[in-house]
Amino acid sequence: MSNQTAMINRYKWYETLAIYAGIALFLIFILCPFVEGFLVSLKPLSRLFSSPYRFWPENGSFDAYVTMWDSVPGFARYVFNSLFISTVATAIVLVLVVPAAYAFARFEFMGRGPLLAAFLAVNMFSGAVLLIPLFRLMRSLGVLNTYASMIIPGVAFLIPTAIWLLRTYMVRIPKELEEAAYVDGAGRFYTFRRVILPLAMPGITVVAITTFIGAYAQQFIFALTFNSKTEYMPLPIGLFSYFGRQEVIWNELMAASFVGIAPAMIVIFFLQRYLVSGLTAGAVK
Amino acid sequence: MNAKRSAVIFAWMLLLPAVLYISAIVIYPLFDTVNLSFTNASLRKTYKYVGWLNYDKIFNETFAAVIIRTFVWTFFSVLIKMIVGTFGALMLNTAVPGRALFRILTMPPWIVPMAIGIFMWGWMYNGQFGMISGMLQKWGLVDGPVAFLAYGSTAFWATIVTDVWIGVPMVTLYMLAAIQAIPQDLYEAAWTDGAGRMYRFRRITLPLLVPSLITMSMISLISTFNSFDIIWILTQGGPSGSTTTMIIDTYKTAIGSYKYGEGAARAVLICIFLSIFCFFYFRVTNRLSTETAR
Repeated sequence: MSNQTAMINRYKWYETLAIYAGIALFLIFILCPFVEGFLVSLKPLSRLFSSPYRFWPENGSFDAYVTMWDSVPGFARYVFNSLFISTVATAIVLVLVVPAAYAFARFEFMGRGPLLAAFLAVNMFSGAVLLIPLFRLMRSLGVLNTYASMIIPGVAFLIPTAIWLLRTYMVRIPKELEEAAYVDGAGRFYTFRRVILPLAMPGITVVAITTFIGAYAQQFIFALTFNSKTEYMPLPIGLFSYFGRQEVIWNELMAASFVGIAPAMIVIFFLQRYLVSGLTAGAVK
Repeated sequence: MNAKRSAVIFAWMLLLPAVLYISAIVIYPLFDTVNLSFTNASLRKTYKYVGWLNYDKIFNETFAAVIIRTFVWTFFSVLIKMIVGTFGALMLNTAVPGRALFRILTMPPWIVPMAIGIFMWGWMYNGQFGMISGMLQKWGLVDGPVAFLAYGSTAFWATIVTDVWIGVPMVTLYMLAAIQAIPQDLYEAAWTDGAGRMYRFRRITLPLLVPSLITMSMISLISTFNSFDIIWILTQGGPSGSTTTMIIDTYKTAIGSYKYGEGAARAVLICIFLSIFCFFYFRVTNRLSTETAR
């Protein structure tokens, strides 16, 4: 059987060539900004602002990676803020989502379908639509210009996907294990904590990673609107105020961007298998 | 019976924290938006109800242009995302060496902080020194530098291209999963009957992908309609309003000019559009799943 599949998938030389050409075209589009951004970070500023355009850096150096720490004084703080906001947001999401996903996966109750649909429907609103009341809410909670003003609204928009992913995972845990625990006289909460949680750990890990990445990638609108204190700004906003200046020092901005996205890149490289399964778990039924 | 009831109570206890959280941060603000849209709320502490005034104000030609622009922008962005994303998925599904690496390389735009990817595009669109303008001049396609973000028509397309770039990885990975879910024995049967590669693609792959294509287009439609970061960072809705979509317009009105009431009325309109999309999404996916079940 596998022999047959191998024969179906055998390509003639021109087919292989066409496939590689197609992949190259696709990946050039995807990776072009990163390649160009990286090359820019190596170019001295005088080279950068010169015509005609040159793709490859002459006299390239890593100077910008050193000088940027002085030019963007808050840089280390921005990276810390980004990581801190994402970590706390992920922790809150997990506390809320793990029990909820278990309820959706295992229990029959009236309104289960509509409630799940309602959770998923949250995904259709972006933060931008609800910004005005959220601003008023944050103001009356007295958390404007704090970490909380970025974490609290951010969490709400990470919940739907997390519930969906984890529910999908928990449905697959065999019911017999819980039934055995009940027969042995274990209570529901004990069973949840001692039987389900350990079994669901791989699923919870995937959800934690995707939630963290989501929280790290999407720090913009709440941080832009609800916080004006430099010391609490996450990386994207910190760099955005730098980006908005008249004279943008592009090589340093790109160097800072690359250092800032390094954590995300490392995560992609080592955990990409989990990421793909996490992203596509709910996709194909 | 009693055990069943206690199970239901237990389930609701598990759900309660998440339900309360969403109620406070999403449901309540949703109602508050509708409420505020009938007021003259601003930076002042007090406000009064003004009836339909905010809605009367927005129904004019400028706003009609914003709505049309939003739909055109969204339409092209979703269309191009689907074409490029599906093309990528078909390429990555081929059995050539290196495809595992190629799949990893697809992910960065989706996973890197969105704003940072957009900064890089901001540089590439730079007229004097940017890559795209520079390359086009080098190849003799344009005579002088093109400042993409400085003119209405080019800025419109530039923001679309960046939005496509951010959305493509998700479409590609989703469509790739959908392609791989197609039973392999269909291809084997067709191959045994002597069907060629293109024929198998047209008669097996494409028809079986239609449900996934529709589902992904709907998901993509909703997120594209909500797109804010890209336009805000690249053009802030300019030049002279040429990239001002409904979301950007709402943000400018509410946060830029502190007209919360008028901003809320705009947000309500966006919510109505989104609800219509969502309604179709659920109808279409429901019908698709019952059809495949049969």
